[in-house]
Amino acid sequence: MVSLTINGKKVEVEPETTILQAANKLGYFIPTFCSAPGLSLVGTCGMCVVQVDKTGTLLASCNTPVAEGMVVYTDSEQIHAARREVLNNLRAGHPLDCLTCEKSGACLLQDYCYLYGVFQMDYSGYKRKYELDDANPFFIRDMNKCVKCGLCVRTCHEINGAAAVSLVNPGANVEPPVFNESSCVFCGMCVDICPVGALTPKQRLGKGRTWELKRIKTICPYCGVGCGLELQVKDNKVVNVEGDVTSPVNRGQTCVKGHFGFDFLESPARLTSPLIRKNGELVEATWDEALSLIAARLKQAKGEELAGLASARATNEDNYLFQKLIRSLGSNHVDHCARL
Amino acid sequence: MAKKKGASLIVADPRKIELAEEADVFMQLRPGTNTALLNGMINVIIEEGLADEQFIRERTEGYEEMASVVKKYTPDYVEGITGVAAADIRKAARLYARAENAGIYYTMGITQHTDGTNAVSAIANLAMVTGNLGKPSSGVNPLRGQNNVQGACDMGALPGVFTGYQGVDNEAARAKFEEAWGVKLNPVPGLTTTEMFDSILEGKIKVLYVMGENPLLSDANINHVEEALEKLDFLVVQDIFLTETAAKADVVLPAAAFAEKSGTFTNTERRVQMVRQAIDPPGAAKADWVIITDLANKLGLGWQYAGPADIFQEIAQLTPSYAGISYERLEQEGGLQWPCPSADHAGTPYLHKDTFSRGKGLFKPIEYQPPAEEPDQEYPLVLTTGRNRYHYHTGSMTRQSKPLSTYRPEELAQVNKTDAERLGIKDGDLIRVSSRRGQVEVKAAVTEAVPPGVMFMTFHFHESPVNVLTNNKLDPISKTPELKVCAVKLEKIA
Ligand code: SF4
Ligand code: SF4
Repeated sequence: MVSLTINGKKVEVEPETTILQAANKLGYFIPTFCSAPGLSLVGTCGMCVVQVDKTGTLLASCNTPVAEGMVVYTDSEQIHAARREVLNNLRAGHPLDCLTCEKSGACLLQDYCYLYGVFQMDYSGYKRKYELDDANPFFIRDMNKCVKCGLCVRTCHEINGAAAVSLVNPGANVEPPVFNESSCVFCGMCVDICPVGALTPKQRLGKGRTWELKRIKTICPYCGVGCGLELQVKDNKVVNVEGDVTSPVNRGQTCVKGHFGFDFLESPARLTSPLIRKNGELVEATWDEALSLIAARLKQAKGEELAGLASARATNEDNYLFQKLIRSLGSNHVDHCARL
Repeated sequence: MAKKKGASLIVADPRKIELAEEADVFMQLRPGTNTALLNGMINVIIEEGLADEQFIRERTEGYEEMASVVKKYTPDYVEGITGVAAADIRKAARLYARAENAGIYYTMGITQHTDGTNAVSAIANLAMVTGNLGKPSSGVNPLRGQNNVQGACDMGALPGVFTGYQGVDNEAARAKFEEAWGVKLNPVPGLTTTEMFDSILEGKIKVLYVMGENPLLSDANINHVEEALEKLDFLVVQDIFLTETAAKADVVLPAAAFAEKSGTFTNTERRVQMVRQAIDPPGAAKADWVIITDLANKLGLGWQYAGPADIFQEIAQLTPSYAGISYERLEQEGGLQWPCPSADHAGTPYLHKDTFSRGKGLFKPIEYQPPAEEPDQEYPLVLTTGRNRYHYHTGSMTRQSKPLSTYRPEELAQVNKTDAERLGIKDGDLIRVSSRRGQVEVKAAVTEAVPPGVMFMTFHFHESPVNVLTNNKLDPISKTPELKVCAVKLEKIA
């Protein structure tokens, strides 16, 4: 174990721990754009600087490991000034779109500008530098809003493996990432991890501000991996889906279907009423009519004249009751499409 | 990615899938030659002394019989059957056998063959011969295609078993369920999906109740299924859309989709997880469990469930492997992996740790057996089927999703470049694919992802229903149809 002092408090941590992790352990907040759990650390955004020892040197806390006897300060006028400078530079190129930006309310640039009092922005000479890219049906890319954290790049390379995004000129004059549509598999993980409004799912445009959304954790309706998803709901509509970062199965990761394929829920083709065939046509009926008719026909079928196909997409509870019903009526002809 | 953290990757697939580019060894085998390839790898492992002798001695039986069958499957012999270079078979076998932990992951490419059950046994042989079972990151891992296939099986949506694989022909199990459900139960195992359709045509099954399945698009040889559905006296379909199957029904019941109901799903690693309702179902639609309960009560069965939690409690009471799982625990602890026999049991992340369910692991000698239908002069190409990334199963959900269907609006049948050149087919041409059972028209994508002599289609698109073409010859044990191999011919239409 290594012991160090942060803001006057002593703490003991494992040797490989970073200063940022040690500070978090004590409950101190340190802002950062470019670090995220599960991704490699680059220490480039400059937000997470802290002062170490009496010399007062500013160091990136996200990728500096702790050392025995280290003395760390996470908040000081000097530190705040450095953070303000980072924010000033970022917001100078950033459009003032907060009124309509889908990220508003969950945007780290907003949060940090608010926290460190970066205001009185001068937009008189502002010009958008990058063209909006909305060529794909899944998400929009507005690189004018990019803070060049590189999280999307590392997610795509380190988690997905598609390597469809890369930063231009990494280093002091870094430019926003470019995106290779032909290798992208549209998993949307870059969209989820972007700390600002540079990457926005198309489906949620105009459907609700971030603070209005109810968030419900559930399981993906598609394949058997069973990824955890967070459904974001407003006015009885699912308007956005993100991977559930707390799920042990996918840790926030998604594929294109789980991420963007939820709008079948509100398809006009959904069945909304029982239907009974009359004179060859399926016509709307009440539940009572439909169930009475089925009950009558099920009673006529003797034992094994009845068969049921359950569903590999329905819940355990649904399937349990389904086979209980068919078996209770004397037939074991129950199966589902596992074989297909 | 595991690969980046130093893991090695072996990919065996008739198609050059994206993962193949990352692979240390990529074996592009001919469709329907899985068992030969697996035997070839085992042959190398035994011949080169890479077998885990201690594991074989202590944990398994039947090794000698298996080894004597595998003897003739030398890499050169297997190359002749599979088309995979002998050197690659050796390389893959060594890589797999020398790894500290090695896992095998497979899906329908193994099972949807007339020798699918044999191929699963051959995979088990390969894992046992190297002792790659019963420890973390190893084993034999079938990946499930649909989100609750595991759960549907666990819940007894199978002809021969109640929940937790308790046999309907097991006296004690039956007595337990009769007591709990208050009814007399049939001791004879029922028919599988594929057998059901035959039985309908024989006039034995007269009424069919389908919940959330679309056999008219997913089953092999659709024409046969269609005939059966038309022969029924009465067909009930409960679904979220008017699927091809629902359109044939006498009564259609509108069901709630995943986001509109609560319950549990069990994933491919046996992890039971909470599904939570986020929105109301549209119109008069109801959750499946509500519909079934209402119907049971119309039939006078007197069921009383206030909610999914009640149902789950009954499942846990009747199912030893689920006995320790409850909604309270799932909410507090997240998912739990069965077997979880008691409330203080933490669940079971991997099976077969110290013993197999049958005690010792049994090697089964497996001979290669060619697919039921092989290409010939009239039907010179092999058609293999599967999915693409942007759609799911019969497309009933994904094709109703705007972004997904905008990105991939139609089927693109993959045809190898040399075959295409020979037949004068260009990328985007409309082609006719015919087999002994039927024909479909579809757009061609000329590619090198499939080898010469092989073409690939998905079953997502009702406009090009590939299962009109596929062969419904079954694996004799699992009753799975051979969806992965049938013989076809191609013609250019326009
Ligand atoms: S959507 Fe996925 S694959 Fe495409 S760029 Fe983003 S992370 Fe990469
Ligand atoms: S697009 Fe978003 S995630 Fe990517 S570098 Fe820019 S700000 Fe970071």
